[in-house]
Amino acid sequence: MSIQPVKTGGKHTLSVLVENKPGVLARVAALFSRRGFNIESLAVGPTEHDEVSRMTVVVNLENTPLEQVTKQLNKLVEVIKIVELEPESRVQRALMLVKITATTETRSQVLDTIQLFRAKVVDVSTDTVVVQLAGNTGKLNDFLRVIEPFGIRELSQSGMVGMGRGSRSISERSLRSVAVPAPPSAV
Amino acid sequence: MSEQMTGAQSLVKSLEAAGAEDIFGIPGGAILPAYDPLMDSKIRHILVRHEQGAGHAAQGYAAATGKVGVCMATSGPGATNLVTPLADANMDSVPMVAITGQVGAAMIGTDAFQEADIRGITMPVTKHSFLITDPAEIPLRVAEAFHLASSGRPGPVLVDVTKSALQATTTYRWPSELHLPGYRPVTRPHAKQIREAARLMLEAKKPVLYVGGGTIRSRAHRELLQLATLTGIPVVTTLMARGAFPDSHPQHLGMPGMHGTVAANAGLQKSDLLISLGARFDDRVTGNLDSFAPNAKVIHADIDPAEIGKNRYADVPIVGDVREVLTDLIAVLTAEKEAGKEGDYEGWVAFVAGIKKAYPLGYETPVEGLSPQYVIERLGKISGEDTIFTAGVGQHQMWAAQFIGYEHPNTWINSGGLGTMGFSVPAAMGAKVGCPDSTVWSIDGDGCFQMTNQELATCAIEGIPVKVAIINNDNLGMVRQWQTLFYEERYSNTNLQSHGQPKRIPDFPKLAESMGCVGLACDSAEDVDSTIEKAMEINDMPVVVDFRVNKDAMVWPMVPAGASNDEIQYARDLAPEFDEDDL
Repeated sequence: MSIQPVKTGGKHTLSVLVENKPGVLARVAALFSRRGFNIESLAVGPTEHDEVSRMTVVVNLENTPLEQVTKQLNKLVEVIKIVELEPESRVQRALMLVKITATTETRSQVLDTIQLFRAKVVDVSTDTVVVQLAGNTGKLNDFLRVIEPFGIRELSQSGMVGMGRGSRSISERSLRSVAVPAPPSAV
Repeated sequence: MSEQMTGAQSLVKSLEAAGAEDIFGIPGGAILPAYDPLMDSKIRHILVRHEQGAGHAAQGYAAATGKVGVCMATSGPGATNLVTPLADANMDSVPMVAITGQVGAAMIGTDAFQEADIRGITMPVTKHSFLITDPAEIPLRVAEAFHLASSGRPGPVLVDVTKSALQATTTYRWPSELHLPGYRPVTRPHAKQIREAARLMLEAKKPVLYVGGGTIRSRAHRELLQLATLTGIPVVTTLMARGAFPDSHPQHLGMPGMHGTVAANAGLQKSDLLISLGARFDDRVTGNLDSFAPNAKVIHADIDPAEIGKNRYADVPIVGDVREVLTDLIAVLTAEKEAGKEGDYEGWVAFVAGIKKAYPLGYETPVEGLSPQYVIERLGKISGEDTIFTAGVGQHQMWAAQFIGYEHPNTWINSGGLGTMGFSVPAAMGAKVGCPDSTVWSIDGDGCFQMTNQELATCAIEGIPVKVAIINNDNLGMVRQWQTLFYEERYSNTNLQSHGQPKRIPDFPKLAESMGCVGLACDSAEDVDSTIEKAMEINDMPVVVDFRVNKDAMVWPMVPAGASNDEIQYARDLAPEFDEDDL
């Protein structure tokens, strides 16, 4: 019996194009919950087409094959296209805002660290700074580890967004609308 | 073709345009505007007694006719009462559209009177759902709902319409096309997969056609018979597929699974190739998955790609409509046959035929009391092969699946996936409305019957002469059977009668009569035939027969839940023996 490799376990990043209609997010979230798939990160936003939204979903799978997740997602009527963004061929970023304790004694050290990570100060008060940093999970976690000793007062992080590298676009071919004839009126 | 009218008129006109002829429902505040134009419509509205009845009736109607079943309810509790039928239809792929009223758009989210987020509640149990607040959308959404419900893998679609949309003035325009960019069901199988499937079928030595409910939904019974005849491959039909292949056919091994025949289960377990047609490897069929058909390769054909590989790896996945898959397979295999290439299954066919002969379905006649299996067997024999049977859930359902010979599709209607007790009576009502010229027998348990029997009043008043056979053992029989087998005969809360009193409560014949039906009773084997014949003669009103049967009868064969199908018990503590040397 030929067993093909089945992708299970670990994290996968899915780009999901959906119709921009009310309730779509609830439907996707409900599906993940009902089928027992774990969402690690979720980001939703508009795309270059008004009628289409794009979700970036990072799923953490234990035993479920990834294929089962994508097939179940595809069954949602408003899901147009799903692409897995493979680690080697994607860019992936999340945005983080951190409010860090920065007293007169520590401020220069804090600012040095911020500069090392090429993060940006977006707000300053007498004893704190708010820093903005974009990056992949590794970079964000590294920053937090280094800045943590100074005192993290508050943390807010966006979901991960991503796209494939290179010139191809995931929406090029999939968004051509295919009309099906409506059932003829019976009256 | 656009006309000015109210949203309510637009809704009724849209339902007419979509081809709805019969609707089961109950009016209430939020849906009330729609009931006014419905009065002047050619659509027949059947006023049920409980929304759950409306939902199961729509399911029975759809399953019997193949058309989309329609039910209607008001907001809040009316809508929530439809949740069970929607979930049931979703599990069993029944094409159904549920129209619910919703509070006015401005009231949504205010916890208004009879407000419930029915779209949110039913999201996990519907194929799709709509909330309409703009009356101009009504025709398009209704058209989409019927298209979604009936195409691809059929299923229930909910259309929730706000009262404000129903009351507003709008323009009616039936759409000429639908734009559903994310919905493109594949019905045509891939030629390469078909060739690969045919190759495996020719190479196999021990193939089985594992036929599921999708075969019935795709109306593929003729093609199935053709393929079976062409190849000689043995057939099993799951609970949802009873009737897809004639029970009288010598290649038919019966139903597989927990209460399947020894031959059907042995056929699957010993097989080297499963050809799965619109089946989904449900746990009640496979038993323990790891030991299910351990030496078999799998050809899995299904219109829903998510079913393929969900529970069992498919060596040859085929996404497509079962009927088209069969048509293509027949073409390839016919050409192969003409070229002199045929499968050699002789030893295998003889082996399974031997098991079928050695382990037929049977039951012991009890020393005292009436045998429930005998009652059901006689019902099947006397009422004939064109009769439509519906069942609730439990022992009576299994016996009805086992001891009635089904020769035609859509003559066996039951709640397979969800296992909804109380399905039988309203489903029978729906089937009878859809097929008024067919005899419709609802086989029901006394537990199930007490969940939904109020629809007999609907049947009596609306002129829907169904027949109901209550297999009355005074107990929740299937649960009791498990208590007998797995809980040391500790019968916790399964006896439905008052303890120590001889009087049966309720008195089913009297209950039936109070609802305008004929009530009959039978408690001895000698009277079974004459009672059934008497019921068969009454065609102008519903009949209820209270068959008082032995409570200790059990459903055999049985594979205990979670066990391997190899552990099938033919009868209590009696395992079948196969001589594998014959293979």
